[in-house]
Amino acid sequence: MSRIGVFICHCGTNIAATVDVEAVAAAARKLPEVVHVETNKYTCSDPGQEGLRQAIVDHGIDRVVVAACSPRMHEATWRKLLADTPVNPYMLEVANIREQCSWVHKDRSVATEKAIDLVKMAVAKVARLQPLHSTEIPVHKRALVIGGGIAGMQTALDIADAGFPVTIVERETSLGGKMVMLDKTFPTMDCSACICTPKMSEVGNHPNITVKTLAEVENVSGYIGNFEVTIREKAKYIDYNLCTGCGACETKCPVRVDSDFEQGMKKRTAIYKMFPQAVPAKPVIDAAHCRKLTEGKCGVCARVCPTGAIRYDDEDKVTTETYGAIIFATGYQLIDWKPLYPEYGGGKYPDVITGLQFERLVNASGPTEGHILRPSDGTEPKTVVIVKCVGSRDPTKGKAYCSRACCMYSAKHAHQYLEKVSDGRCYVFYMDVRTPGKGYDEFYVNTVHEGAQYLRGRVSKIFKEGDKLICKGEDTLTSRQVSVAADMVVLETAMVPADGIDELAAKCTVGRDADSWLVEAHAKLRPVETNTAGIYLAGTCQGPKDIPDTVCQAGAAASKVIGLLNKDMLQSNPQISRVNESLCQGDGACVNTCPYGAISIVQKQFRENSKKVTRPVAQVNPGLCQGCGACTVTCRAGAMDLLGYTNESIMREVDALCQW
Amino acid sequence: MPEDWEPKIVAFCCHWCTYTGADLAGLNRMNYPANVRVLRIPCSGRMNPQYAIEAINKGCDGVLVCGCHPGDCHYATGNYFARRRMMVFKRLLEYEGLEPERFQVRWISGAEAGKFRDTVMETVEQVRALGPLNLTREIPALEFPPMPDDDDGAFDAVPEEVTQ
Repeated sequence: MSRIGVFICHCGTNIAATVDVEAVAAAARKLPEVVHVETNKYTCSDPGQEGLRQAIVDHGIDRVVVAACSPRMHEATWRKLLADTPVNPYMLEVANIREQCSWVHKDRSVATEKAIDLVKMAVAKVARLQPLHSTEIPVHKRALVIGGGIAGMQTALDIADAGFPVTIVERETSLGGKMVMLDKTFPTMDCSACICTPKMSEVGNHPNITVKTLAEVENVSGYIGNFEVTIREKAKYIDYNLCTGCGACETKCPVRVDSDFEQGMKKRTAIYKMFPQAVPAKPVIDAAHCRKLTEGKCGVCARVCPTGAIRYDDEDKVTTETYGAIIFATGYQLIDWKPLYPEYGGGKYPDVITGLQFERLVNASGPTEGHILRPSDGTEPKTVVIVKCVGSRDPTKGKAYCSRACCMYSAKHAHQYLEKVSDGRCYVFYMDVRTPGKGYDEFYVNTVHEGAQYLRGRVSKIFKEGDKLICKGEDTLTSRQVSVAADMVVLETAMVPADGIDELAAKCTVGRDADSWLVEAHAKLRPVETNTAGIYLAGTCQGPKDIPDTVCQAGAAASKVIGLLNKDMLQSNPQISRVNESLCQGDGACVNTCPYGAISIVQKQFRENSKKVTRPVAQVNPGLCQGCGACTVTCRAGAMDLLGYTNESIMREVDALCQW
Repeated sequence: MPEDWEPKIVAFCCHWCTYTGADLAGLNRMNYPANVRVLRIPCSGRMNPQYAIEAINKGCDGVLVCGCHPGDCHYATGNYFARRRMMVFKRLLEYEGLEPERFQVRWISGAEAGKFRDTVMETVEQVRALGPLNLTREIPALEFPPMPDDDDGAFDAVPEEVTQ
């Protein structure tokens, strides 16, 4: 026989005005196994809590029902209170007689009757609950950051500065991401490289940070505090212990291929550094283009290398390590506009370029050393058209969302062009100008004052006429067709998630939205956590954002990770699935249901009918199980149950509602 | 129909969305009939059809199952399981003669207090119109051919000497 205590709250008049609390108490006294019922003015207040604690001692109560506000409000309060009493914190049920009763019904007798029913259900359930104990999960005090752009670097630095080892996995050959490609950053017009490269070298030199470039996460298993991560570092064909980064090899390599970093507007060699300030400041060999590795001839780099660091027989390195937390900082890429916009030439015209190509053109270390020149003939364009929202805010062509940073960087591009080409004219086709942010709108207004001609409307067609690119569009503010003969067109294309994000997120069971942006645990209240405990988000992998917002989010993710890594042990949620091994058939239906990969089938030895039998049974990983209970319904044998919400307790609730 | 009859409906609501939405209805002091009793489950994926059968057997006049909108599940996929299971189960109940209005599945987010209220009002109205759930339907008895007279004990599962 259990000894149930029922505590009914007046909540001032919040409950008592509509529900006859004393009538509820009288009804509760008649319920089986109830040994004590009391009413309080405010059960959650200090005297109310003290009264509850005292009643537990005085009446030898071992299960508690609180009839008060929503359990979403105070369930945690009661659990905390019970932890200090002989009653197990999970031998508690809250009857919601405020939000779902007194506040929504006007008739006193009807509301009282419903409150009695809710108390009955709670009593019936609590009588069948079992004491639960959270287990302690050890925390590996190391973090893994996937992506070495500004988001990843900032997160890594913040965590490393707090004293925890961090590994950055970057799939390119250098840290820096997209930010290091940019020329200047709005609205302050800092040189991007001047603020990004110091961060890169700080990361590279930090004693707590390990950087793995040309590396990818191959597999992730485990759970919060204990992620087993397999990382593949691709062969660089260079021994980094010997290489001094002198660059002699790069000057002699005979191969020329398009440089990704320069957005295809400059050539690089097959043994190359992504850009001069790359971190690590050592080259790699591009195996797809190296003559020695493709044809077996050449080998000039090995001959000129003064330290003998070239290794043509280098192989991929695969390592598996344990991390306590994982931060996604995988960033974005620009949408491939060419197949989507045949009316803009679909890539046919070399002078129709993307915003990122413009960044390289205007960059002093770019292919033209900062002179804005047309890619086709190297002349200075006197008329430039900037087209915004190419692929953004256009569900029929590209993406429905706004890419958020483009309004500002297109204003920046217009400003930079007008600054560098004093007799130039710049037209910006826009849908709306969205400039929320400190100093943003002022920047845009300045650009307009400098002479950028903003035209509200979309460009419908771009075609070549002689030397000019004719941009046909509409100025919707004057309702007129416009046609601009441009020398160069800059398309401000939409941000989309980085390639391969779907596969990577699936490995970690991180949710993605319809556009493959990673989904945070709560859009407002948990913006940097994911639904998988121990996995966090930083930067544009979560959605388009500019650099200040990215750095903000990176810092926020780092603070969450530091909070986690500071703990030696984590308390697990004990309300998770449990297998009744004597019923389990080991058919694995639950394994396929679990969204967290928390269930596995293991071979286990049993003594059945005086014989030793080895048979497969399901096993729940308490670190991974989040307690949704989807597996329990799937089990044909009824072997799976959810602690805290057991089949028996729910059935009893239903029975109590119908029969008591 | 008894004169003072009021429909009794049990609503299985997921903790993260619908239960929150129901709380919000309270915070907004919305008004709805008191015939629905909410039973909190962690996720609509936890909803076992057995609970609904139990409720119907023991005298509930209607059952509501509510969860997060597809795609919004706190546990990523729980409501997708619920959607499939409840779709099949609803068909089964209808095949067994239950009026479709008595078993309803709704997706109500934590912000949709109004939808929660509307769902409750709608369901109560529909169930009220149907009257009390009466499971004792007239089922014609099946007729079997008569058993043969000469019972030789062949159907006895356990011979006597073994049990002794």
